[in-house]
Amino acid sequence: MMMLGWVKSKWRYFVVAALLIFLVLIPFDWFLGHYTSIMIFIGISTMITVGLCLLMGYTGQVSLGQAAYYGLGAYFSAVLSKTYGWNPWLAMVVAAIATGSFAYIIGYPIFRLRGNYLAMATLGIGLIMWVLFNQLSQYTGGPDGMSGIPYLSIGGFSFDTNFKRYFLVWFFCLAVLFLSQNIVRSRTGRALRAIHGNEAAAQSLGINVTQFKVKIFVLSSVYASLAGSLFAHHLRHVSPQSFDFLASVKLVVMAVIGGLASVWGAIFGAGTTRILSDKLLLGFNQFPQLDIIIYGLILMLVMIFTPEGLFIALKSGIKWLQLNWRHLPEIMRTQGKEMPHRIKDRMSRLVPARLCRKTEP
Amino acid sequence: MSADQFIQYLMSGLTQGSIYALIGLGFTIIYAVTQIINFAQGEFVMLGGMLSFVLTVEAGLPMPLALLISILVAAAVGAAMYLLAIRTAKRASVISLIIITIGAAIFVRGIAGNQFGVMPVSPPPFTDIGSISFLGAYIEPQALWIIGITFMVTILLYLFLSHTMIGKALRACAVNPGAASLVGINTKSMALIAFVIAGAIGGIGGIVIAPIAARYDMGIMLGLKGFVAASIGGFMSPTTTVVGGVMLGIVESLAVGLDWGPFTSAYKDVIALVVLLLILLIRSGKLAAAERAG
Repeated sequence: MMMLGWVKSKWRYFVVAALLIFLVLIPFDWFLGHYTSIMIFIGISTMITVGLCLLMGYTGQVSLGQAAYYGLGAYFSAVLSKTYGWNPWLAMVVAAIATGSFAYIIGYPIFRLRGNYLAMATLGIGLIMWVLFNQLSQYTGGPDGMSGIPYLSIGGFSFDTNFKRYFLVWFFCLAVLFLSQNIVRSRTGRALRAIHGNEAAAQSLGINVTQFKVKIFVLSSVYASLAGSLFAHHLRHVSPQSFDFLASVKLVVMAVIGGLASVWGAIFGAGTTRILSDKLLLGFNQFPQLDIIIYGLILMLVMIFTPEGLFIALKSGIKWLQLNWRHLPEIMRTQGKEMPHRIKDRMSRLVPARLCRKTEP
Repeated sequence: MSADQFIQYLMSGLTQGSIYALIGLGFTIIYAVTQIINFAQGEFVMLGGMLSFVLTVEAGLPMPLALLISILVAAAVGAAMYLLAIRTAKRASVISLIIITIGAAIFVRGIAGNQFGVMPVSPPPFTDIGSISFLGAYIEPQALWIIGITFMVTILLYLFLSHTMIGKALRACAVNPGAASLVGINTKSMALIAFVIAGAIGGIGGIVIAPIAARYDMGIMLGLKGFVAASIGGFMSPTTTVVGGVMLGIVESLAVGLDWGPFTSAYKDVIALVVLLLILLIRSGKLAAAERAG
């Protein structure tokens, strides 16, 4: 039971502290140093995935073009800092503001749409952006992309190694995660879940549905833009392939694995997907396109069997075990058909009352 | 633009538009019967096209047989998709269904890229007689095949929907699934039939367009344009969908033909996407009402 005590508040701080220490130690060579590079990408992906989770899981709105905002951030940063010689930090802020404003402008019209039509509209915008990244070659370098983007630096301290950039990226990533966690627990978060539950009911309670949807869409695009800027200053090379339709789908895969309505699940989703695609890339010569096939399977299977997302399903599985592990032999013997009343009572407490709970578990 | 050029662009728009119409028909029939937008619709087209190349050129089968098999495989994939993915996801939300069909789309695309390679392919055209001169424009015989076959498919689909028992049952499901099942129509079988028909029509679209262009990743863009065609038509009738598809093809082609300002061939796809956004926005009120009712 000790191991599962993480749900209890007195253990929570220890667990969080242990995880933070673990995170800090990862890039050191004597620990997990050779994972530094992949961890940087996981951090970047997590930032975008959190935005997508807020949009899809909490608010119930689809975006199939999230890579567009990621790309906008990356290209704004790249062009402003390299071609025009701006300070990279300034470029990053301007990129975030520009991307956010773009999302705001298109947000009002497209969030009048719902469900399938919204999905198609966001997909369409994603594809338009991708065509533009390819075609505006006097700025973006066309399909080959552009390289030689400067590193970020503070004063004389340049983020010129993976080790330094690891901390930079995870600083941003954790900031985004904590901000999102607070939003989810705030009045806004409850409003978003109300919109997900029933738009008409939410509206009748005085929630400005469209405004909330647009707000959260803008926020998710700003997250994606920041991630894009970090990406550009990390790799120092951007090209349209990183922001195509498959990139958007991959982000959806991350959100789906992470449990759509879960802020911390985003790390799990981004991590699993990144590690999966890195391992799969190794087998690429023998079996091309394997990663896409697996992503397709994941999307279908997770949505069919655990529509609330893999991470959430795992979490409730652990919780169920935690409450019932003593009765496991009994449950297995009767194949769950004749459970003692006590177990049933306990299980009934687990019915997710998504809209009622005050805080995230 | 001279008159000759105008006819040239018009014909090429008509050809492209016919393909969009075929894809749009697939969207329409699935949406009407199941209220699902099948994001994998473009992949049926890709599959038909790639298979027709593999079977004619690489396996050396006689063309009619190869084309027939391609269509049947696309239809079978449609059936498999419904039975394995859509039907097993009981009472899935709209978001879940969107993600499931997207998953199916990239799964099919991945398999195709793996099996048939990632290079563009071009199977031989149906009739190899060089281009035909018509009113000063040069027309590939394949373009005539495309337009003719689209026309045929539309007529056949219309006859099927209005004159056969199954067709009428499908329409009943589209109008009111609850009432349809009350009078003894098995709505699940009808949904399966809709997916099979959509797969077959997609496959037909694939085999006719393959001699012009086929690649393992063409599904998404074609699917999107087919969706535009279907939404111009309002997702209800095959005829309006075909008109929508042809209109989109012609607008796209003429806009490129103007060669003015941003309207160059590089931005051809953007034109369709902008049309899509405009239609969605103009019709958003109506679409929202339809979604609520459905």
